[in-house]
Amino acid sequence: MTAIDARAGLGAQVWAALATVRDPELDQPVTDLGFVSVAEVEDGRARVRLRLPTYFCAPNFAYLMVADARDAVLDVPGVSEVDVQLVDHFAAEEINEGVAAAAGFTGSFPAQATGELDELRVTFRRKAHLACLERACQKLIAGGWHIEELAHVQLSDLPDSPERASLVRRRAELGLPTDDGARLFTDDDGGPVEAGSVAGRLRFAKAVRVSVDGNAAFCQGLLRTRYPEEAS
Amino acid sequence: MYTKDGEHYFIVDSHTHFWDGSPANQANRYGKGFIECFYDYHRNLSPESEVWTLEKFSKYSEEDLLHDLFEIGYVDKAIFQPTYLSDFYVNGFNTTEQDGAVAERNPGKFIVNGAWDPRDGEAGLDKLEELSQRWDLRGVKLYTAEWKGDSKGWKLTDPWSYRYLEKCEQLGIRNIHIHKGPTIYPLNRDAFDVADCDEVASAFPNLNFIIEHVGLPRLEDFCWIATQEPNMYGGLAVVMPFIHTRPRYFAQVIGELLYWIGEDRITFASDYAIWQPKWLVEKFVDFQIPADMRGEYGELTTSAKKKILGLNAAKLYDIEVPAAVTADVSGNGTAVGSDPVSPAGVTA
Repeated sequence: MTAIDARAGLGAQVWAALATVRDPELDQPVTDLGFVSVAEVEDGRARVRLRLPTYFCAPNFAYLMVADARDAVLDVPGVSEVDVQLVDHFAAEEINEGVAAAAGFTGSFPAQATGELDELRVTFRRKAHLACLERACQKLIAGGWHIEELAHVQLSDLPDSPERASLVRRRAELGLPTDDGARLFTDDDGGPVEAGSVAGRLRFAKAVRVSVDGNAAFCQGLLRTRYPEEAS
Repeated sequence: MYTKDGEHYFIVDSHTHFWDGSPANQANRYGKGFIECFYDYHRNLSPESEVWTLEKFSKYSEEDLLHDLFEIGYVDKAIFQPTYLSDFYVNGFNTTEQDGAVAERNPGKFIVNGAWDPRDGEAGLDKLEELSQRWDLRGVKLYTAEWKGDSKGWKLTDPWSYRYLEKCEQLGIRNIHIHKGPTIYPLNRDAFDVADCDEVASAFPNLNFIIEHVGLPRLEDFCWIATQEPNMYGGLAVVMPFIHTRPRYFAQVIGELLYWIGEDRITFASDYAIWQPKWLVEKFVDFQIPADMRGEYGELTTSAKKKILGLNAAKLYDIEVPAAVTADVSGNGTAVGSDPVSPAGVTA
């Protein structure tokens, strides 16, 4: 980008809207990941181009990002039309046409899909939540809490920090309570975890965090290799 | 064989290719996209001195292969893993026959693995038997994201997949290498999900399931499942080169694997020609978990390195190993995390 296009007025709002779109698998905004190569507005008509680290990135995640980008930009007051397109991808044609026609994932891949992507999205929101929970717990442990005590910790016990903000956001997405008195250490459905099971869940959470962080860094590296001049 | 500081390392490269991704062999834009995707992996994670031109990378010679693996790469035995991609390449990307021809010209150096596709049905079962007899198969490589006409992939739990796994048992093909990819049927599901590996590993306890790339990008799911399936292994193809570009991440992945599955179930691989065994082996032998991570992950011992670089794969494929290598190998390989009933505590 494109930062130039985004600097002023409506362009800045479009960019901000795109920043709310995250790669569901990598749990980072598409703007930070360098996936937005073009974001411009002219006379209320927005034009957005998305690109991915490889030609064969998974089409279901790609679809979610294109569809989310379209929805987010359409919500910007003053934007009347949106032209969002994925470029340099094996399934770009199906995805772009499907999103533009609001055909849904099944409508975009009629012979190859048996349903929409809600379940996939929930699976990866849970992973993102677990990774954030691990970071939050490491902060608490560094602050002197013992692992067994984490079963009873409340959100208010976690100091204001990027870790807390990330955790609260993921909880909200999953529909888990975000008030100060809410239990911090929960299972995927927000239920309590017995003190004796905290260590095991935390250990798995760490594997999730290593995996998500590793994938994000690898994908960003591949993007830089693929688009050496332009990638941020 | 690689020797350093008086220690001998027997090297089995468990994942090597002899492919043809050249424009002449590309059937369509997907074939072009596939080799370019591989080339970006190669360029992104290799030391600059090891980067090839796209032209050489698309189709390298048998001489290159032999030189890079055996003359300078320390490899004692290389396992060929086919990747057919018949919908993308006119003559296939890397077939068993292509590999087999090289292996026959260079006796004693290679193990030739085959492949099957459950969508080939009954006829494919006969073909697998022929392939097995022709190349004396001890392993197969399965790519679940392989396209076939309108189909964009398959699952290990498909009914026909069970028929093929049963056939493998009958034919004495014990090692099932599994490579996940970005597409599968149905397309709305996570194609990288390794849950189907779990089910077949339980159903076929006499087969070994080597999950390539240790399930990346689903490392955590692979670890979780592999703790519960003693016949599941993690292949380090694609993981290895991070040792150069991102050594701390590499340490974390190795640390997680040691914790969840232990040093006896991890196998070295270069994924040649995406990466070269020479620098991977040299760097791995010199590698150690960084001091600040050792509290949680422990050390990577010389014995563990010997197992990972060759002894573990040698066991799977009955490869004879010189006594000089095995003499001082110790450790029972038990993983801390392999008892899901009472997981180990976390240390701050």
